[in-house]
Amino acid sequence: MWTVLTQIFPYAVAFTIPLLITALGGLFSERSGVVNIGLEGLMVVGSFGGALAIFKLQPAFPNGAVWIGIMVAMLSGAVFALLHAFASINLSANQVISGTAINMLAGALTVFLARNITGSGNIRIASGLTRMDIPVLSSLPVVGKLFFTQTYPSTWLVLAILGLSWYVLYQTAFGLRLRACGEHPHAADSAGVNVFRVRYLAVILSGAFAGLGGVIILITYSGEFTGSVSGLGFLALASLIFGQWKPLGILGATFFFGFASTIANVSQVMPALASIPGVLLKVFPYVLTLIALIIFSKTTQAPRAAGEPFEHGKR
Amino acid sequence: MKLQFGKGSFKNVAVALLAIVFGLLAGAVLITLTGSDPLAGYAYLFKGGLMSLERFGDTLATSTPLILSGLSVAFAFKTGLFNIGAAGQMLMGGFCATAVGLTLDLPSVMILPLAIMASIVGGAVWAFIPGILKARFNVHEVVSTIMMNWIGYWVVYYAVPGYFKGEFLETESRAIPDAASLKVGWLSQLFNGSFINLGLFLAIAAVVLIAFILNKTVIGYELKAVGYNRFAAEYAGINVNRNIVLSMMIAGALAGLGGATLYIGNASNIQIGVLPAQGFDGIAVALLGANSPWGSLLAALFFGLLYSGKGFMNAMIQIPPEIADTIIATIIYFAATSVLIERLLKRLRSRKRGQ
Repeated sequence: MWTVLTQIFPYAVAFTIPLLITALGGLFSERSGVVNIGLEGLMVVGSFGGALAIFKLQPAFPNGAVWIGIMVAMLSGAVFALLHAFASINLSANQVISGTAINMLAGALTVFLARNITGSGNIRIASGLTRMDIPVLSSLPVVGKLFFTQTYPSTWLVLAILGLSWYVLYQTAFGLRLRACGEHPHAADSAGVNVFRVRYLAVILSGAFAGLGGVIILITYSGEFTGSVSGLGFLALASLIFGQWKPLGILGATFFFGFASTIANVSQVMPALASIPGVLLKVFPYVLTLIALIIFSKTTQAPRAAGEPFEHGKR
Repeated sequence: MKLQFGKGSFKNVAVALLAIVFGLLAGAVLITLTGSDPLAGYAYLFKGGLMSLERFGDTLATSTPLILSGLSVAFAFKTGLFNIGAAGQMLMGGFCATAVGLTLDLPSVMILPLAIMASIVGGAVWAFIPGILKARFNVHEVVSTIMMNWIGYWVVYYAVPGYFKGEFLETESRAIPDAASLKVGWLSQLFNGSFINLGLFLAIAAVVLIAFILNKTVIGYELKAVGYNRFAAEYAGINVNRNIVLSMMIAGALAGLGGATLYIGNASNIQIGVLPAQGFDGIAVALLGANSPWGSLLAALFFGLLYSGKGFMNAMIQIPPEIADTIIATIIYFAATSVLIERLLKRLRSRKRGQ
């Protein structure tokens, strides 16, 4: 059992991390009061921007290209998120529909551009990030084997962002204002908070994070831009709700999805699980999410004003 | 409230048409930026969907599942529900219809109604769960329908190879017998061999029926009342929870029927590992059609034309076929930001008055 666990753990983590960072992006957006169903599309845009940058730069800078790709991915996600911000903040559009438009536009536009650039709709990168052992810590008993061997640098980056996000949301004035905008924008407004600006920042941040999530998929386990992130953005959205709009809750929810999906993927080769029908293992995370949503329904911590456009005169 | 011939109707049509114009303009800019001629591109795009009787039939057939998925999303919208799960409902409906077609050995007049019923039930059941979760536990339907999409995806992924494995490929089912197909000889001949099928008539019948239910019946009135203001509806004595479940089930039934037109109409087997894109396009159709049944019909025909012609355009002038999807997505973005268009219209009108 222990060997199996140490074998599948890196895969579970690799699957968790892009979900985690994307859900964190969603957290900022929704806590500020803007529902962002476009996370899926923003991940695709990040994956495209990153793949393109890495593809073009890799011959010249074999080492630095990946990191430049990460930055380009975050930037492209942030810029694309402006479309959602403009529609939902300035124009009071239905945020779910605007997000859906973002998803459709991202999937179509990136493949269109990729086809013009590479001929096929895909962009393959020569190499991504390499796994590494953390010195000293990796030789610790138990934890060393699980957490500090064969890790991607991006994993530590995302965990650092998670800690920072918690700090910003709960320990800074900006975080308090951001949460206030999502709970009661008019109260925040009368206290002198610029609701528009806070929400813009939050949506841009969610785009950057989702873009990062998309590029992490590319540079860790997929290695190729294909115009889709196979529903991971929607899964991140579900994790956000499963995790009840809290950073640590999101960490738990995304890790649950990462672990459950990995188990479903490797069940064939694990004697303990081979007897369970594959379909049950595959649908397990989704069914459990539905059950969790029922359980949380009475005590839901959803931001009160999420999804509601803010208008000055309306009280 | 009045969608027919009223002032609101004019506004909806104007917004939709302007959104289309903006979408086509954005597409033209993209085509130009990538070094092709947009006018020639659009000429080929529309020619590809319309230039012969066969292609016209294909365009109608391509539109058919879109009509039904758009109708599904539009109907749920009327009750204030966002059915993002039309894809999963289509998949389950299509799977049930295919299963009937592959299991029962009956003449066409018996098997077709059974397969169609199966698709309606399959879709309705798949939407019933999010409906009851919304009504009883206030679980947001956007998340629950997304979960149902993935559950359906995996159920089909395992059920097709398990029970209906194809002759050559593990990833698709056997082909259904001709008796269980919505394609009929006379219709294909009428359109010179197009894959147009009886699904189109089912879709148009559904449009008529839904328009009737929404505008002329008590059920429709109650459903819309819940959509406008569920608290006011409750105060007026309308059973809100029952209407939410009912609305989701009807929406699911429509999407399920759309699945039948897709898998036993346009196609003749079911593939695993894909959620039908038509389910998500239904959102676009409903939005451009201003959530009205007839609007959805027109929007679906337009999108069907773009989809049907894109292959021809790609073959003739090397513009990537994804331009069609990009144009549709842009149209949806402009339709979503209709405030912008409304402001533009208002400014135009006031300028006219000033002169």
